[in-house]
Amino acid sequence: MAILEVEGLKVHFRTGAEAVRAVDDVSFSLVRGETLAIVGESGSGKSVTANAVMRLLPRAQTRVAGAIRFDGRDLMALPERSMAQLRGDRIGMVFQEPMTSLNPVLSIGTQITETLRRHKGLTMRAALDRAVEMLAAVGISEPGRRIAEYPHQLSGGMRQRVMIAIAICCDPDILIADEPTTALDVTIQAQILDLLAELKRRTGTSIIFITHDLGVVAEIADRILVMYAGRKIEESATSDLFEQPMHPYTRGLLASMPRLRGGSDAGPARLHEIPGLIPLQSFGAAGCNFAERCVRAEAVCRENSPPPLLVRPGHMSACHFSDIGTASS
Amino acid sequence: MTVPLIEVRDLKKHFPAGRASVVHAVDGVSFTIGRGETLALVGESGCGKSTVGRTLLRLQDPTSGEIWLDGRRIDGLSPGVFRPMRRKMQVIFQDPFSSLDPRMKVSDILAEPIRNFGLAKSRRDLADRVSRSLDMVRLPGSSADRYPHQFSGGQRQRIAIARALAAEPELIVCDEAVSALDVSVKAKIVNLLADLQAGLGLGLLFISHDLAVVDAIAHRIAVMYLGRIVEQGTRRQVFAAPRHPYTQALLSAVPQPEPGAARRRILLSGEIPSPIDRPAGCHFHTRCPMAMPICRQTEPTPMTGTDGHYVSCHLEQSTNRT
Repeated sequence: MAILEVEGLKVHFRTGAEAVRAVDDVSFSLVRGETLAIVGESGSGKSVTANAVMRLLPRAQTRVAGAIRFDGRDLMALPERSMAQLRGDRIGMVFQEPMTSLNPVLSIGTQITETLRRHKGLTMRAALDRAVEMLAAVGISEPGRRIAEYPHQLSGGMRQRVMIAIAICCDPDILIADEPTTALDVTIQAQILDLLAELKRRTGTSIIFITHDLGVVAEIADRILVMYAGRKIEESATSDLFEQPMHPYTRGLLASMPRLRGGSDAGPARLHEIPGLIPLQSFGAAGCNFAERCVRAEAVCRENSPPPLLVRPGHMSACHFSDIGTASS
Repeated sequence: MTVPLIEVRDLKKHFPAGRASVVHAVDGVSFTIGRGETLALVGESGCGKSTVGRTLLRLQDPTSGEIWLDGRRIDGLSPGVFRPMRRKMQVIFQDPFSSLDPRMKVSDILAEPIRNFGLAKSRRDLADRVSRSLDMVRLPGSSADRYPHQFSGGQRQRIAIARALAAEPELIVCDEAVSALDVSVKAKIVNLLADLQAGLGLGLLFISHDLAVVDAIAHRIAVMYLGRIVEQGTRRQVFAAPRHPYTQALLSAVPQPEPGAARRRILLSGEIPSPIDRPAGCHFHTRCPMAMPICRQTEPTPMTGTDGHYVSCHLEQSTNRT
């Protein structure tokens, strides 16, 4: 059962005279209890997709089209007041920088209880009890004392735990985590990934995990959606994507990723390079976004945008030559 | 034995922090870097790795210890005497958006070190050197007339590398130089650095928290924790057979792009203690999964094996290495 369905999502930004196609016809669904990772490099549209779902994009400069259905309800048609009720209650969100998303002049306790009182109508007393419980649940020691502290008194990892506590305190159906561990050290990242996995096991919350880090994805995701220059170019179950990536961009990305080699070779290793640069997604560009950088590109790639092709059950790739990929690998 | 390009002996950098407290940012670090060699300094935020780099470059003075460049001791030199030697050590920072002056054309950015160190014999020579630097980082000659904002993050980092090269250095300190870049861009810059090193015989001090990148570029690795090196050796020694529990935990925490691979992650509890109020005994004992009673009381004595593998851990004493 899908808790969230996104269909033909398009987001256009207007900046001065130019318009940029940040998200271009992206569709996906999120099943209850699963973790879907949206992966891509800077400017691929992964964060914009999440912000569009949450309706957090600035209205003046953006045009959003397509359908977003949450639990059967059309979010695009919802009045802002009802949307505000959903945010933080049914859909929680965690961002990359806990220092900028927490309010520096309010105590941790105030920030959690605010959410609980607003959405769950709890009394201050009950909200405080619940807040202490939540802090303990995200692994913060001495939660009774910590609740009176301010964000600057906490380390980066602790702040991110507080953000997660706020995002999940109302038992949301969906948790959207946008690069939640990118700013953290690896040992702290490991703790946060463990925490998210444990929360999912315990509460059954669906997670949309946005990241550029394929290593993190391999650990946490059930399914992966790869974005490039505003488009969804590949989607599949996690193990399938790593074992048999179909899209040339996904293959290039996996190959260029530095990885621990267990000290096998004596000398330094050369990393795989994808030629060229990520293009700007302006209007009127025909053909495949990746064609300019693709080793396999032919005339058809520059003329027609490749439609999403089902190459195997549950594995979609938007490449004219996806089937050729199967044969050669 | 040949003189190493860089030798650092028992380097300390302490900062005063209010009344009677001291931040032990770097507390007794020793290493050497040879020509054409990359030493990676790895560790988590606040371990002191960037402070080592800044002190080595003499952007700040060490509290104690010795820094030798090309067989000459440089830590006590006056700014005037040191100035011509500064050319030999250049730096690339993490964020190419803030390390390049937005009001300067690329040609002026690259000309600055050439002028500062009086390298050009004529205006013609200056122009040649600018275009050679651009060539070396594989940027088109037309880049010279443009401004930093007209470039992508990866291209800006190339400009920062070109600026460092323009001074004809012998050592480049790369302080998280590829950490802010996207995967596909990161690979290109790492390869570029390796090529430049091979071509010019550069020594690199590669400061990074990213162990996978370090695995691709480093010849030797030093792991820092709370201002000290806890393990140091060749890439193979440190990454294939890590001996310090901290190194082991750090390596096991790196997410690998292999779903379902049997993982034996060593989850460290807690976070790095404050460098002002460090734990007694071994500084790592509060998070160490193998801590013994002695670790809480006595600092371990660093041991260097016959293979040059340096480890500072009580387990080394008890296992009696040969």
